Formats: sequence, C-alpha cells, structure tokens
Amino acid sequence: MLTETIPFANADADRREALYAGASAKYSSGARIKVAQSGPKDRMAWVTHVEAIRDRKDQAAFAELFGHFAPRVKAFLMKSGASPDLAEECTQEVMATLWRKAHMFDPAKASVSTWIFTVARNRKIDILRKERRPEPEDLPWGPEAEPEQEDVLALQQESKKLGKAIADLPEKQKDLILKAYYGELSHSEIAEQTGLPLGTIKSRIRLALDRLRRQMK
Amino acid sequence: MPQEIKHHLTDALLMGYSAGTLPEAFNIVVASHVSLCDECRARLAEFDTVGGEIVAMGETAEMGADSLAQTLAAIAEGPAEDDQQVAPATDGPSVLPCPIRDYVGGDVEAVRWRKIGGGVRQAILSTSKNATARLLYIPAGCAVPDHGHAGTELTLVLQGAFRDETDRFGAGDIEVANEDLDHQPVAEDGEDCICLAATDAPLKFSSMIPKLAQPFLRI
Repeated sequence: MLTETIPFANADADRREALYAGASAKYSSGARIKVAQSGPKDRMAWVTHVEAIRDRKDQAAFAELFGHFAPRVKAFLMKSGASPDLAEECTQEVMATLWRKAHMFDPAKASVSTWIFTVARNRKIDILRKERRPEPEDLPWGPEAEPEQEDVLALQQESKKLGKAIADLPEKQKDLILKAYYGELSHSEIAEQTGLPLGTIKSRIRLALDRLRRQMK
Repeated sequence: MPQEIKHHLTDALLMGYSAGTLPEAFNIVVASHVSLCDECRARLAEFDTVGGEIVAMGETAEMGADSLAQTLAAIAEGPAEDDQQVAPATDGPSVLPCPIRDYVGGDVEAVRWRKIGGGVRQAILSTSKNATARLLYIPAGCAVPDHGHAGTELTLVLQGAFRDETDRFGAGDIEVANEDLDHQPVAEDGEDCICLAATDAPLKFSSMIPKLAQPFLRI
C-alpha cells in the first residue's frame, strides 16, 4: 500500500511524466537551491513531508514538495485565468502558507493535494476576484488528537482511488470536470450539464465520507 | 443543531463552491448551510478531494528560476507560525452561523433591519455585485410578496420555518429556486422566520406595488 504511485491516466502517464521531467529540468538548471528531480511518488510520503516541516522545519522536505506541487499549482492558476507572473507570485504564497500552516494539516481528513488545492483556490478568489471567501464554521470537536494512522491510510487510499476514477473517465466527461474546476463553467452551466459523472465520483469516495460522518457524530 | 435538515445543497452548488466559482453572495449561503449540515460538509469534502486530484494529475508550468529561494526567504521574513483561526463558535447558541455573523458584525441583534412592507424586514449584506445576499425577517404567519426569479435564488432558513407551493422549509433547510418557480413563501405560525436569501438576478414581483418599490428597496 505504501509503495503505490500517484495515479495518472494510464494512456497519458508517459506524456505527463515527460512534461513534468522537462519542466523541472529547466526549472532546476537556473535554481540557486537544488530541487530534487524526483519526489516521492507516494501519498503517505507527502504526508510525512508535511509532518517533517511541521516538526523539524525540514527545508529538504519542503524543497521536494515545492518541486512537485508548485508547477502544478501554477498551471492550475494559469488555467483559472491568472497571468504567468501573477500565478508565479500566487503559487509562492500558497507554498509559503503550506509551511506556516503545516500544523493545521490533518491527513485523516485530506490528502496533501486536497489541502494544497483548497489553499490555492482561496488565494485565487482573494487575488483574482478580490473577494472574501466565507468559510464554514469549524466543528466544535475540541482539541484535535493526533489522527489514527489507520484513518490516515484509509483516507489517503480513498483519495487515490478517486484520482484514478477521474483519470479513467472518458475524455468528454473528464473535460467537463476540469472545466468546472478551472472556472470555465458557471453554476447554472454546471447545473445544466447532464454529462457530469458525479455518480462515479460519489461511488469512489463513499468510504471516506462514511469516515468523515463517523468523526462528526 | 436544529431539527433534522431535509433540504440540502445541490451538487452543482457544492461543486461551484469547491471550485471557487460561485458569486460571493452564494458562497455565504453555502458556507452557512455547511456550518449547519454534517451531510453537506462531508459532500463538500468529496468535491474538494476532486479539486486536489485535478491539481495533482494536471499539467505543470515552469516556475521562475529563483522561486524556491524567494519562497524560503518570504517564509524566513514572515511570522513564525500562522495561527490565524476561524472565529470560535460563540458561547451560547446563536441564530446566525459564523459565515453570516462575519458579514453582520455580530448575531441577530446586530442586524440593521429595514422595513419592506407587510411586516417583512430585510438587511442586505455587503458582497460583490454579481449577486446579492439579504437577511429576511418574516413575522410568524406573514408572507413574502409573491415573486418569480430571473436567475437562481437560494433561501436558507435560520430560524422558524416557511412553506411555499413546493414544501415546508425549517431551520437549516435550503430552497434552491430557479426561473421555473413562481412562489409565495409564508412563515409558519408560532416563531418568526429568519432567512438568508441570495439571488444572481433581480426578483420579479407579480404585483404592482413591490415592483415599483423594487429600485428603491433593492429587493
């Protein structure tokens, strides 16, 4: 379980890996601080990296997280309408937030990707739309205990399965989901889409949901 | 927690909130309902996971040559730890969930109501202009003027209950109405009803008087 890789759409895996390798090679050639070319391919390892930042202010772990996620966050922000310069600035802020809020990350509730996505999304609303982002109330759970390792593993596995399910969708359906998250579909356009494979998404993450619900009782 | 919530957010609203593409006024309604509803909180987590997977599997864009060094420098200069917390839940039970209190500046006693006729009062929350959010105070047994919608209207019940042509909506319930629904919500007898309503287009009132008053009242 610990050695499984982050899922890519099988057909696209080679292309994407190549793309990433190319990007990071260019990136590191001019970097003053050496960035690891190949980060861990495993979700639990990313969790460990965040914990290393939290517990030891581990710069090497941060550099690996940065090397892997920053180019993805930047691409996501550019797809969402940010200029390359703004996306660069915004991505650096997102990654700095990751460092500062490492103690807030709960791997029993979110994967590192999910966490980074929510930070990037909020920054996007802040910067691109200059709006406040109303967030739900925190649950009155009291002081958080260290999450159970079993719950952490299960949640990470669930999110991996969901990623696989999305990657395996027919191109048309996948495009719809991507468009919604890149901000190319308004709420009413999402509501009108009959081709959105929400059923697939739901069936894949049922377990994680049940766990969230149990935690909330 | 109010009685069991029967009317929940739609997938489209949860997905839009997760993607960050809803108007601010709708975001307040979604964040408020999620504050009250464990089921929709869990469903939202599901949509956030989708967002995370999209970032993870997505394309990459080359970062600037010095970006890591710049980020580490910013971290070194910044505060040691960002402990900024969401406002803690209030001591006693409150009528308004936290996301609304943030806009009002307090609970229901801090709301600056304005009369809009028929005993109904409203307070508009300050948001971006592409949609509006307002608190509505409907005395028990009173009706909100009969109206249709040009766009989408979300109504979240915070206290009391109302009924319209479709169903009964109690505290925590959300009604999602579109242009097909021409309805007249009536507050139930007993408790005065407080709602948060958001719309991305002006309401269309069926009778003449509110129609004339509309430009002045911004309802």
